[in-house]
Amino acid sequence: MEFFERFAVPHPSPAIYASMVVIGLSVIAIIAGLTYFKKWGYLWREWLTTVDHKRIGLMYLISALLMLFRGGVDAIMMRAQLSAPDNKLLDAQHYNEIFTTHGVVMIIFMAMPFIFAFMNYVVPLQIGARDVAFPRLNAISFWLFFMGAMLFNISFVLGGSPDAGWTSYFPLAGTEFSESVGTNYYMIAIQISGLGSLMTGINMITTIIKMRAPGMTLMKMPMFTWSTLVANLIIVTVFPVLTVALTMGTMDRLFATNFFTSTNGGMDMLWANLFWVWGHPEVYILILPAFGIYSEIISTFSSKNLYGYKSMVASMVIISVLSCLVWAHHFFTMGQGAAANSFFSITTMAIAVPTGVKIFNWLFTMWKGKIRFTVPMLYSVGFIPLFTIGGVTGVMLAMSAADYQYHNTMFLVAHFHNTIIPGVVFAMLAGLTYYWPKMFGFMLNERIGKWTFWLLSIGFVLAFFPMYITGLDGQARRMYTYSEATGFGALNMLSFVGAGIMAIAFALIVYNVYYSIRYSPRNIGSDPWDARTLEWATNTPVPEYNFAVTPQVNSIQPFWDSKKKGHVLFPAKLDKIHMPNNSGMPFILCSIFFVWGFSFVFAIWPLVILSTIGIFACLALRSFEKDHGRYISVEEIIETEEKTGGAKL
Amino acid sequence: MKLDHSQPLEYSTGQNNLNIFGFWIFLGAEIMLFATLFTSYFTLEHRTGSGPTGAEIFEITPVLIETILLLTSSFVIGLGIHAMRLGKQKAMISFFAITLLLGLAFLGVEIYEFVHYVHIGAGLQTSAFTAILLTTLGTHGLHVTFGLFWGLAIILQVKKCGLTPETANKSFIFSLYWHFLDVVWIFIFSFIYLKGMM
Amino acid sequence: MKMKWAVLTVILSIVAVLTGCEPLTIFDPKGPQAERQANDILLSIGIMSVVVIVVFAILIYVLVKFRASKQSDDYEPPHMEGNPWVEAICVGIPVIIVAYLSFVSVQSNYIVESAPKGYEEQEPLVVYASSSNWKWHFSYPEENIETVNYLYIPTDRALEFKLYSYGPITSFWIPQLGGQKYAMADMITTLHLAADESGEFMGRNANFSGKGFAENTFNVTAMSQKDFDEWVDEVKETADPLTEETFNKLLKPGHLGQMTFTGTHLEFAPPPEHDHGSSHTEPTEETDTHDGHEH
Ligand code: HEM
Ligand SMILES: [Cu+2]
Repeated sequence: MEFFERFAVPHPSPAIYASMVVIGLSVIAIIAGLTYFKKWGYLWREWLTTVDHKRIGLMYLISALLMLFRGGVDAIMMRAQLSAPDNKLLDAQHYNEIFTTHGVVMIIFMAMPFIFAFMNYVVPLQIGARDVAFPRLNAISFWLFFMGAMLFNISFVLGGSPDAGWTSYFPLAGTEFSESVGTNYYMIAIQISGLGSLMTGINMITTIIKMRAPGMTLMKMPMFTWSTLVANLIIVTVFPVLTVALTMGTMDRLFATNFFTSTNGGMDMLWANLFWVWGHPEVYILILPAFGIYSEIISTFSSKNLYGYKSMVASMVIISVLSCLVWAHHFFTMGQGAAANSFFSITTMAIAVPTGVKIFNWLFTMWKGKIRFTVPMLYSVGFIPLFTIGGVTGVMLAMSAADYQYHNTMFLVAHFHNTIIPGVVFAMLAGLTYYWPKMFGFMLNERIGKWTFWLLSIGFVLAFFPMYITGLDGQARRMYTYSEATGFGALNMLSFVGAGIMAIAFALIVYNVYYSIRYSPRNIGSDPWDARTLEWATNTPVPEYNFAVTPQVNSIQPFWDSKKKGHVLFPAKLDKIHMPNNSGMPFILCSIFFVWGFSFVFAIWPLVILSTIGIFACLALRSFEKDHGRYISVEEIIETEEKTGGAKL
Repeated sequence: MKLDHSQPLEYSTGQNNLNIFGFWIFLGAEIMLFATLFTSYFTLEHRTGSGPTGAEIFEITPVLIETILLLTSSFVIGLGIHAMRLGKQKAMISFFAITLLLGLAFLGVEIYEFVHYVHIGAGLQTSAFTAILLTTLGTHGLHVTFGLFWGLAIILQVKKCGLTPETANKSFIFSLYWHFLDVVWIFIFSFIYLKGMM
Repeated sequence: MKMKWAVLTVILSIVAVLTGCEPLTIFDPKGPQAERQANDILLSIGIMSVVVIVVFAILIYVLVKFRASKQSDDYEPPHMEGNPWVEAICVGIPVIIVAYLSFVSVQSNYIVESAPKGYEEQEPLVVYASSSNWKWHFSYPEENIETVNYLYIPTDRALEFKLYSYGPITSFWIPQLGGQKYAMADMITTLHLAADESGEFMGRNANFSGKGFAENTFNVTAMSQKDFDEWVDEVKETADPLTEETFNKLLKPGHLGQMTFTGTHLEFAPPPEHDHGSSHTEPTEETDTHDGHEH
């Protein structure tokens, strides 16, 4: 294609022009606002250069929420298009772009940062550490993710979005069938944020293995920390596979290689294999931390310790191993023969066993407990039945011969939403409500929260359960329209209504934040839920050094023991604390990465070379930099402790 | 910063310990990266389309030279770390410099090899086989190239600041990296070249 | 056993009522493969419903019995570690269920991957089904005819579809006769089907393949062998021959109506069977039609 043609949106529509205007206006508004309120310095000093795990966690959180809305708008448009037969709201090309970006945004740019938000915010607090092992690397991880997300999102107004599905199967995703730069965005944006995920993986594993408070043996770690450890082990194992797959895909598209083409020996199914070798473990990277959050919440609000801690840990480890042995269940229909299908069928079903163990353990945690139905708890008890349905439909899909009928249908779509929404999204909202007071010093409103929960659950059931039926009736997925004669109309309309209710629920979340900022009481102390683990043992707001004195751990729930059994959490004396300095390098480095990615997408080679040099220059500067951090003196600590709600020494 | 004198310099602070541990995990990820490349290589090895096969293009001489250069460099950097443990800064710098020179020579031969492949019609775009061959070799080669710059930066820092816990830590980590590249090369040598020539 | 079928009938009828009394396509099989798959699906729905009911029952009991509002203020929940017996049951029962389903699954795999039950002895009718953006081409090598976007098949006869694609990966699917299978550019896959009854069925590409994917469908008509033979004769008398030039035109991206030709494209555009994208595979591998292809 001609150079300038590449930048044009191939299929412009009023919606796209409107969003260009909206994006333009918001950028101007943000810049003007920052200038007017003189907040540039604040933004730079406190956020863009921060290396504090809590602030990085918050930035992940905000980005994830933004992306949730971006993906949500995509979703509502798809459901609207399908709500009636032969609907003309969207044409095929738009529909294809929208389901592709919806999938990518939701998995890579919503769910991933959401779990990273909690990992970053909570894990160091839960293990009694001052920060993660490599604070600056942590900032780089965040900014890489952020730049990847931004790069992906400008595809909407510049050059066209990817349109080959979030699975991006070749040869469809190759230049022969996807001419626009859309799929370049896919390859490069995911590559950049994937690098960030890999670094987070290294960082979190090191933090958890090496930086636990004294007394916290591996088998005394809180469940969320365990789940983070296991999820990050999976990240380090499978993200390199994605890196290679994306590299090969990029080369096919930009350098005309023949990895996945249908000529000169290329092999399309190699992409599918590599993609799912990463892709299936990826869904467990998302669900395991969600399981961890549920474990914390269910235990807290049942006022009881977690039942079957050891089997919880064991089942997670088993799941992580099995999750790497099941990838071919995503293409049972590829013609790999009965024997191979049998193997993958059995390994897939086997995952249901450890998952079942976890479900029963949560049930027994509540057994004889004292259950308080707060908003986080509502999400958790809503999760159990809904996720069970998602899990058993997974087992049904795992019967490979039967999957010849389910595959590529709405039944599959219903299954994975049934696992991801009650599994991951509910967990994120539960975690958000649960940790909100720790993060911001006030509670989210309970009444609005409960409304949100009920609307979301009812909307979810209405939106997705009909898809099980239309799937069994032969409705294929990714179809932008269907004819009257198929008879899918009524159930799809129901889905649309459900999706609308979910949209209202998401809007309520925003309203709840606004409402609570204005009206929630502020003096809630540091332990508003009567919780059990270390993150609640420090002050609210959490001082930058987390704990004035490193806590001493005796069991899985040291804070509970300190409240009930007189366990001494902070036996040592105050001492000066060593903290890392802020740095602008991560932000600058990743901004250059953005330029690098952008010029790669459009094959502007001089700029690629220039930005590559820039990236290495940053690394070299970092290598020569001398920065040994700084110390916080005892007086400063005492002052902070008194300011933040009484010394906990 | 607390120094633990019972440990070698590169392990002597808490942060140094973290760095080394973290780097091992990074190497784990690198193993997965190369494992994926190798798996793809084996999958595409015989998919040569209208292009040449491995047996037709591989030549033993340059490959042997590359192998010897890299193996020697790996041994020399081991000597360098030994010198570092003994506190012999000069010796250490010399060994590191020799390592990098050997790495540079390796890179030279590899570039020659690439030019040769393209010359005889086995370019990146020729077939799935040539693409994965050059990508696997190229990924290793880029790692070596990166290592050259990294190593240079470390030599300069040791020269400037002497052997501090920090520079020792960096040097040690760099040596891990370099050994790792050597191990990868041994796999490339055995499973790409030797297997391909048989 | 009776119990199981009772449960299944109830579920089936609920599902049927929900969708306006017509059975769902998947539960209305017209051939042995689809029937086996429908049975597997019903079996798993049955067993899985039991699992779901058990979990729901425990959950509701727990939530009702142990909610804080029903308990005295000074109730302190006990500390409970795991209990080996309880946990053994939580592992044991799922293991039994999964083992049973695995057994059925493996059995079904071998069934759907070989000639349909009851048709093992027959010489199958071989049809080459190839997709191009966004059409299906059906070549009948024995009959020496070719159709576009519609498929005529004889009932009570084993059918062997040889699938491949001129373009993106597609998936050949006639739900009422059996599950789908991919069609790819660099190899041939085989799908075994058979129709027990005559009638018209929906067929489509189930795998997303770009802009024209939604309309990438074809009609299937099953008829007696006699009618089928008559149709073949008629085609031979009336249809135009398929030339290479016409075929290349057909391959151009777009949608086409139904078309009929004499001769097949297999003669001048052989399927990928003998060309694996590789000039160096062993001959034995080249002749086999890819039930197990290399990984
Ligand atoms: C009991 C556990 C589970 C089993 C047995 C299971 C089984 C399966 C199977 C067999 C498929 C492939 C179906 C097909 O393509 O025809 C599938 C697809 C999928 N599953 Fe699951 N699954 C389970 C849990 C989960 C969880 C926990 C998640 C996410 C958090 C998840 C997310 C997905 C996604 C995203 C897809 C499809 C993606 C696509 O093709 O676009 N699954 N599952
Ligand atoms: Cu999967």
